[in-house]
Amino acid sequence: MKSFEYARPETEAEAVSFLGEVESTAILAGGTDLTSLLRAELVTPARVVDLKRIPSLHEVTKVDDGIQVGALVTLEDLARNPLLGDYRSLFDVVDGVRAIQVQGSGTIGGDLCHLPNCWYFRSGYGLLAMENGESLPDAGDNRYHAILGNSGPAKFVNASRFAPALIAWGAHVRVIGPGPQQAEWLPLEYFYVTPRTSEQGNTVLKPGQLISHVWLPTAARFASATYEVMQMEGLDWPLASAATTLKIESGIVRQASIVMGHVAPVPWVAQEASRNLLGQRLNEETASLAADIAVARATPMSMNEYKVQLARTAVKRALLKALDQSPV
Amino acid sequence: MAERKVGWEPQGQHTIIGKEVQRTDGKQKASGQAKYSNDANPPGTLFAKLLTCPHAHAKLVSLDVEKAKAVKGVKAVQIMAEPGQEIRHEGWPIVAVAAERREYAEDGVRAIVAKFEVLPHFVDEADLKGAEAAEITDGGMPAKLTKSLGTNKKGDVEAALKDAKHVHKGYYGVHTITHMCLEPHGSHAAWDGDKLNVELSTQNVSGTAGQYVKPLGVDAANVSIHCDFIGGGFGSKFAVDEWDVACAKLAKTTGRPVRLMLDRATEMQIAGNRPSAFAEVTVACDANGKVTAWDSHHWGTNGPKGSTVALAVTPYVFDPPNRNRTATGIITHCGPDRAWRAPNHPQACAYTDTALDDLAAKAGIDSLTFFQKNLDLTNLPHIYAPELEIAAKLMDWKTKWHPRGQGAGQGPIKRGIGLALHTWGGGPHQSNVQLKVHPDGTIEISMGSQDIGTGTRTCIAMVAAETFGVPLTSVKVNIGSNKYPQAGPSGGSTTIGGVTGPTRRTSQQALWKIFDLVAVKYNVDLTTLSAKAGKIWSGDKEVCSWKQAASLVGPMALELTGGPVTEEEGLTSKQVGGVQMAEVAVDTETGIVKMVKMVAVQDIGLVVNRLLARSQVYGALIMGIAYSLSEERIMDNKTGRFINANLTDYKLPRIGDIGDLVVEFYEPESEYKRGVIGLGEPPVIAPGAAISNAVANAIGVRVPVLPLTPKRVLESLKNKG
Repeated sequence: MKSFEYARPETEAEAVSFLGEVESTAILAGGTDLTSLLRAELVTPARVVDLKRIPSLHEVTKVDDGIQVGALVTLEDLARNPLLGDYRSLFDVVDGVRAIQVQGSGTIGGDLCHLPNCWYFRSGYGLLAMENGESLPDAGDNRYHAILGNSGPAKFVNASRFAPALIAWGAHVRVIGPGPQQAEWLPLEYFYVTPRTSEQGNTVLKPGQLISHVWLPTAARFASATYEVMQMEGLDWPLASAATTLKIESGIVRQASIVMGHVAPVPWVAQEASRNLLGQRLNEETASLAADIAVARATPMSMNEYKVQLARTAVKRALLKALDQSPV
Repeated sequence: MAERKVGWEPQGQHTIIGKEVQRTDGKQKASGQAKYSNDANPPGTLFAKLLTCPHAHAKLVSLDVEKAKAVKGVKAVQIMAEPGQEIRHEGWPIVAVAAERREYAEDGVRAIVAKFEVLPHFVDEADLKGAEAAEITDGGMPAKLTKSLGTNKKGDVEAALKDAKHVHKGYYGVHTITHMCLEPHGSHAAWDGDKLNVELSTQNVSGTAGQYVKPLGVDAANVSIHCDFIGGGFGSKFAVDEWDVACAKLAKTTGRPVRLMLDRATEMQIAGNRPSAFAEVTVACDANGKVTAWDSHHWGTNGPKGSTVALAVTPYVFDPPNRNRTATGIITHCGPDRAWRAPNHPQACAYTDTALDDLAAKAGIDSLTFFQKNLDLTNLPHIYAPELEIAAKLMDWKTKWHPRGQGAGQGPIKRGIGLALHTWGGGPHQSNVQLKVHPDGTIEISMGSQDIGTGTRTCIAMVAAETFGVPLTSVKVNIGSNKYPQAGPSGGSTTIGGVTGPTRRTSQQALWKIFDLVAVKYNVDLTTLSAKAGKIWSGDKEVCSWKQAASLVGPMALELTGGPVTEEEGLTSKQVGGVQMAEVAVDTETGIVKMVKMVAVQDIGLVVNRLLARSQVYGALIMGIAYSLSEERIMDNKTGRFINANLTDYKLPRIGDIGDLVVEFYEPESEYKRGVIGLGEPPVIAPGAAISNAVANAIGVRVPVLPLTPKRVLESLKNKG
């Protein structure tokens, strides 16, 4: 780990100004990812800005049209907060994280910004994992890499556990900075980007910006679930996941949103599969059909065709799990 | 009591031995008071870190350490590779840097300029054809990457195959795994004049001092090796490593103590692994299910040396009348192997008992019946036969058994059961003991042995406490230093017999000397004396307390020394057999295999400490579940790197991945009488085959290569095996 300055702002504005003062900065939330990145020297910031002392980032508040969740809310707090009781798909993720240490220190904002676990990236080859103009995942071991959205140079999969569920809920994120008073809300779906050059990151965040809050629309009368395909019962990353939010009236699907995780460089919104469910009665058969549609355009790499089956299963099981939880 | 004969008490008559006794050092370990080499941090200690090569195959072109020397806090650098040198795997140590703090050492490592010429590499351990075709030049000379490890024949395989009722051909394999010791390799070295004191994380306290002599020019008698606690070894910590030598050199250069422990990635890359093995097998049986022929070619790698599993253990345990076997080693640019718990056996079992199970399926015979029919082809039919009965009951085999893929399951989840057999030597190593009976009644035992986590310290104390009839707290055990009487390394399941044998014999001899004194002092018949419950008895009459008896030795302790045991003494023996059965639940839509239950029935002769013995088997089963389902070294063919050398992608099971573990020791009087036999290796051998067989039974197809990851299970389901 290289040495760095440590800054601990107490307001959002102060955080933004601390970020703006030096060239390279890193943001410390729960630290479950940043610590590994620093130790491996994959990020070598001149200054680390610790957000933990900013009260507004820890709040969960009811707003007119939904719930606003501070980026520093931990997984554990999220699962305990009665205001969030109806967002079942988020609980599924907290349960799936399993390690109480990560649940206790990991934050919602940190999860959304978690850098890819791609082993080439983590070995220092960059997000695109290029060496001498050649894609390492293309030529090397891609068993955990993308099966969708992988036609460009990015082959990694987005690592966020919560993004599929949040996008399926239609969540927005509030991005603040780089100016001290600058703030903008945008749909979480548009927060992620697939980099095409080695200079690009995997989110829209520019230097000096950070996520301060997540907004969720009201959960009333919606059912939701996340299904993560986990090889291990302990601390492990999903091989594929899917989250869904559904509105079912008299047994008929009236609204549906399906988002897959860990299958593409961004959380993968399965629009066609979601549309196909509308007006249908959700059951094993229609869930399977939706799952087939969700992965129909998959372009697996040399070693990861099995992930297509995993993603398909995740979609089917997320839908059926949501159905189980659906208010009649 | 009457006859003075070295030996154990008859079965059922021990007071402490054979009981469940918690580790005497358990609280120290659980509370963090136990100090490991990694904890050694006396004032002035410098922290050392290695610069290693990131390439699988390269030549070190140039090396400049001057800038590193100038870095703040850096006290010394030790060059470990010279320009021009060929580097044969990732993680190869180049320079060690010692500094006041870890961060300064890292800064120093970063300041080193090492230039490499990258050379072509080969790391695909399963790809025999690729290895044969590869042309990789080493230093300008073409190097062949495959090595014949021999071939031999018995009987007439061709004729037997022709006559056979059922013939099965299959491909099997198991990937390389690392030892994954919780405490990585390394040491803390400190000089005191011309004396070198080392806190070494080692399985070989008595045998390592001499390895410092040549590289450091130190007298062997001036080297102290100390290791009270070790965070895992599993066969990888027998020697002083080059980084330990570098650590001692840095300590000499700086005149300061230095600690150098490998980081996790380097530990995984260079501190040992278990070789891979892949096999093409043809196996045949007659109409009765009797195995008549075996023909196999297996290959794999142990890194730069190009070896794999020994020919001699193929096929494993079973030895059919007609048998051909061939082995080929692949030289790879992967890290070198080291002994891993039961060297050769787990891999050989994984490609033998799976092939036999496939043959049983082909013949339409229940796996249990099939293995039972063929026990006369094994070395220990009289052990395996009753063990199979016991295991079958514990597993409820008869109820759970179904032909492959035909189990009643709910939806995509399919259940299955499987079994496998194993054997191991486990005879005693050579250990000496010094025993003192102090006049206050306390007993002190010193041995240059080590407790590699198995409870050696506790077992030595139990044997002495049993013999003298005193509580465990009256026995003080000194191990973990080469200044105590020499003891063998802890490996190959040799320790328990090796340390308890001399302890028992010497304790008995000391007790007899005290009986002599008691008989005179209290005027009692020598032949009637016994020591129990802290007292000396003549028949059932109390003579005196143990303390009174011990005080008769005079002002100084009664001191005896004892040499290694021989098998003839009857205290120890070797060669055990074990049977394991596994039950799994396989999600056929995700390929995820969940352990439901494992049953291990094990012969180990006389059980010294039932609690620790059972723990030893639990540990073995968990390691077995790991390499069966999730644990593997993944070498990236493109970069030649060990791409999952971290604890995120190198997947190890947690408590929820283990299922129900049932351990039963097979200990009729016939086996008890053999005395103490080691347990470290045997139970880690069979899980691979037993679990693979259970998966095949569940889903109806063989997943040929371990670990049985979702990817491999789904691919096998798709290709129907």
